[in-house]
Amino acid sequence: MIGKDKLIETLINVQKNSKGHYISEDKLEEISKELGVSLSKVHGVASFYSMLSTKERGEYVVQICNSGPCYIQGANNIATIFEEELGIKMGEVTEDKKFSLEFTSCIGACDIAPAVKINNEVYGGLNKEKIRELVEMLRKEGN
Amino acid sequence: MPKVEINIDGVNVLVEEGTSILEAAKMVNVRIPTLCYHPDQAVKGSCRVCVVEVENQRNLVAACCTPVSKGMKIKTRSKKVREARRTILNLILADHNQECLACVRNGNCELQNLCMELNIRDTKLEKINKSLPIDNSNPSIVRDESKCIKCGRCITACHEVQGVGAIYNINRGSEMKISTPLNRKLSEVACVYCGQCINVCPVGAIYEKNDIDKVWDALEDGRKHVVVQIAPAIRVSLGEEFEQDPGSIVTGNIVAFLKRIGFNKVFDTNFTADLTIIEEGHELLHRLNNGGKLPMFTSCSPGWVRYIEYFYPELLDNVSSCKSPQQMFGALAKSYYAEKEGLDPKDVVVVSIMPCTAKKAEAVRKEMNDSGYQDVDIVLTTRELGRMIKESRIQINELEEENFDDPLGISTGAAAIFGATGGVMEAALRTVYEVVTKETLENIDFKDLRGLAGSKEATVNVGDLEVNVAVANGLENARKILDLVKEGKANYHFIEIMCCPGGCIGGGGQPIPGTNEVKEKRIEAIYNVDTLSELRKSHENPVVNILYEEFLKEPLGEKSHKLLHTHYHSRS
Repeated sequence: MIGKDKLIETLINVQKNSKGHYISEDKLEEISKELGVSLSKVHGVASFYSMLSTKERGEYVVQICNSGPCYIQGANNIATIFEEELGIKMGEVTEDKKFSLEFTSCIGACDIAPAVKINNEVYGGLNKEKIRELVEMLRKEGN
Repeated sequence: MPKVEINIDGVNVLVEEGTSILEAAKMVNVRIPTLCYHPDQAVKGSCRVCVVEVENQRNLVAACCTPVSKGMKIKTRSKKVREARRTILNLILADHNQECLACVRNGNCELQNLCMELNIRDTKLEKINKSLPIDNSNPSIVRDESKCIKCGRCITACHEVQGVGAIYNINRGSEMKISTPLNRKLSEVACVYCGQCINVCPVGAIYEKNDIDKVWDALEDGRKHVVVQIAPAIRVSLGEEFEQDPGSIVTGNIVAFLKRIGFNKVFDTNFTADLTIIEEGHELLHRLNNGGKLPMFTSCSPGWVRYIEYFYPELLDNVSSCKSPQQMFGALAKSYYAEKEGLDPKDVVVVSIMPCTAKKAEAVRKEMNDSGYQDVDIVLTTRELGRMIKESRIQINELEEENFDDPLGISTGAAAIFGATGGVMEAALRTVYEVVTKETLENIDFKDLRGLAGSKEATVNVGDLEVNVAVANGLENARKILDLVKEGKANYHFIEIMCCPGGCIGGGGQPIPGTNEVKEKRIEAIYNVDTLSELRKSHENPVVNILYEEFLKEPLGEKSHKLLHTHYHSRS
């Protein structure tokens, strides 16, 4: 049996294996039972870390950093550009489930602020042009 | 521990190394303000209200979680400190629903007191408080998130004290809130309704469901015959709502008040506590002599019953089938008593005053209608009784004491101690010993079983029988015993479990604050009630004996089974 101390690892693994990059309610309940950790705590931990999600996300999870340096370099502006390009608001998923948008805490890319993390890749020094190219590329890549 | 000299506000003081600044300040008669700090819980250091200035340190430090060190110079009321505390309180107030006048905790709110004490005269910050739906989905507990200040005391009570885990903090930063899993209603999660979260909440974010008006309405309904029972723990705690010292015994004043506002009869749950001992004692003997499931668990505490139904359903056969004293009372009031008085049970309204929030849910359990009607109609907590007394404008402290009514108001000291952890076991042993040996038990005080310790045990020789007993209070302590029983590692015959720390005197419906210090005084008072009683063994209760002669015939008999026993079901 997996121990109670393996909660975070388990949550990460379950998310990794889910198509929508998230941990569903059913999975949260399953993890609670398997690990013997109360459902409230499993949900609490899953909701605490911005790398984990309890809501279904897109195939590409666009995480815009809004910690200090990125914020000053215009993270909110970056968010608006992504919203326009993808036709969704922050926190939403595109209809084709390809992209989702959210903020994240610092991803350690302050030197190239404003930065985003899309799945496992980090992209920095963003502006409107770069974002357009990036979205275009990912759209193609997905097909 | 070596002692170190420190200086607090210009006063030198010698304290043990490792003492927190908060504790050290008490030694120079300074009470540093706190909010998330609770004397019976681990230090959290999350609210920052207790910040103080330490010389040569750039930032203010939280007094609750900063240990003193040699030569430390501390300022607890400098301008910097006062301003920081006000800012912190203002930040909390910006996200607090300030409907104080209509709040259940108005007059007994730690945030309100702090604002008064720290001279908060304006709240300049923009309000970000959201009006959120109130969760009143269950019969016992109401949650109002708009009042929550996120101190986390309720989480400690729910996880560490009770091991239930119905609520936890979700999200982070300014989005953080205390929530049930997946934002479900409290009625849809594994909550035992013990109300320990209520007892530690500094504000009015969690409270019991208000049933006071139902009682007023019943009393004004001329067609109804309204009777009331009060639990053992009420008489040693209600006084706290009326500026009396913890541990004041106010039985006669409560009875006088209840008669004054028009109850037809004022009875005592202690009567059915005595009856519980007879039934449960015989059930234990029956299990011992007939190879029944052992150990047997007590069943008086509805929070505990919900707990085992949720978390250890495989052990449900070990739970005594006896109803709790509250429910036995209801069933008898609408059968034996109604018959005796020539009343139609449909016109009898049974009100209970309980130290407990889970009792509200117990009363509406589907199987609790063996009299043909819902056995107990309305349950009020001790706090609700306090509010009702205040609303009535009757000055309870000035009333002349009165006695309970016959017949269901007669009880022994053994019943009184049901209100403290270990009491049910002690009462049961007093009776079981004499029933089995037919000899008088000389030393009836089982002191090993008393007190606030989480679990206690004893071995008692009952004739040829060596009976191993255990007592646990607080569900996290119960869990440890349950695990032993499940693994076959426990050799107990009889186990008393009370859901709340300290037993019913620490129940979720009791006056706030109910710290361990207060609980110890309530317990002391409970044993004083016992010592002062003429009769101290349940089987010597003359009215219980009449009840068997006239009505029930014999313990565990047909009528007892119908009215006084019940069954449980898995909720897992």
